[in-house]
Amino acid sequence: MTNQRIQLTIDGRKIEASSGQSILAAAEDAGVYIPRLCWMKGLSPAGSCRVCTVRVNGRPQSACTQPVTPGMIVENDTEELRGLRRNLIDMLFVEGNHFCMFCEKSGNCELQALAYRFGITAPKYPFMFPQRELDATHPEVFIDRNRCILCSRCVRASGELDGKHAFGFVGRGPDKRLAVNAEGGLGDTEVAVDDEAVGACPTGSLLKKRVGFEVPVGARRFDHVTIGSDVEEGTAK
Amino acid sequence: MSKPKIATTSLCGCFGCHMSLLDIDERILKLIELVDFDRSPINDLKHIQGPVDIGFVEGGCANEENVKVLQEFRKNCRVLISVGDCAINGGIPAMRNMVPLEECYEEAFVNGPTVVNPTGEVPNDVEIPLLLDKVYPCHEVVKVDYHLPGGPPSADTLWAALSALLTDQPVELPYELVKYD
Ligand code: SF4
Ligand code: SF4
Ligand code: FES
Repeated sequence: MTNQRIQLTIDGRKIEASSGQSILAAAEDAGVYIPRLCWMKGLSPAGSCRVCTVRVNGRPQSACTQPVTPGMIVENDTEELRGLRRNLIDMLFVEGNHFCMFCEKSGNCELQALAYRFGITAPKYPFMFPQRELDATHPEVFIDRNRCILCSRCVRASGELDGKHAFGFVGRGPDKRLAVNAEGGLGDTEVAVDDEAVGACPTGSLLKKRVGFEVPVGARRFDHVTIGSDVEEGTAK
Repeated sequence: MSKPKIATTSLCGCFGCHMSLLDIDERILKLIELVDFDRSPINDLKHIQGPVDIGFVEGGCANEENVKVLQEFRKNCRVLISVGDCAINGGIPAMRNMVPLEECYEEAFVNGPTVVNPTGEVPNDVEIPLLLDKVYPCHEVVKVDYHLPGGPPSADTLWAALSALLTDQPVELPYELVKYD
């Protein structure tokens, strides 16, 4: 009985949801945006970035993996949760090497857009400036790991949508990095430029070659529109 | 009452943020009515003269001189604002942070494709400020009160912050003015 309608409360508002839905999806249907990074429509949830953390009956849970239950009380837009999310975003900036000023994804990047939404003018943690590798072996796609936030969207898209399993993670902790299933790098994998995996990257880590800066400044996805406002206005696709 | 004083300085930056300040166009006439300038490229003073109300710093800290200037600046500014990506995250100069310092010197003075240096020596005159191990954002060296991101921030961003401070309003930038590029 996955289509049974149930009621829950989010930020003091009563909403209806289908049982089996995640909190994030139910909130989205009700026009409530829960900030997220590793979640992507059409992919299984990973629960890895924790940006979507909400309080469920007082306990922190990731909204993208937690199913709704009747009568649950969800807190989403609170000072505390906004602060925690802000910190996560700050950490993603200092743990990588993000030079938005020349990044091809700037203006269309979900990480940057979240930072804008939270009004972040500078991260509060010290920059780590880690050593990261580029992979330009593919004729049409490149990986710039300086910008990889390990969200696994490409990993899941490649497995679940493209059926190629071209991406995976190796290493642990600060040494964890995106890997591909070929010794010779991305160019030796089956990845094609139109793969869902390539479009799935929320940042400028996995990008198509020779199309950078195609859309002029001012006309990019988040130049004038806050990330999540489409959900809040009920126009999200 | 005397006019509020403003000072600006550039550390490891390209003066692009200063250009952005000039980009406020005719509003600059209003600005010079409202404030007095201490150290800035406009008067080319080498040191900040005395306590000022607002200091703008462009560029990060790449060498010991940058650090000294920034510390002197901080001491003399009631409100210190880091302007632009280089001041906030090191910017383009910080791309060297992932390369050992020795390799940077070799590329710049010995092996670079446009370098002519028959002796192969790296310049080490005492007049040349020593490079730091990394390029540091300003707020990792001194306390910074506000940050105006952008590469460079737009003239409107600078103007919005300035007008807020000069009228004792909180510096709160609207969505359209917080940009990292
Ligand atoms: S991936 Fe996003 S946050 Fe990182 S440099 Fe590019 S635009 Fe900036
Ligand atoms: S390459 Fe992009 S999609 Fe893949 S893990 Fe990194 S940030 Fe996520
Ligand atoms: S979106 Fe839920 S944990 Fe990343």
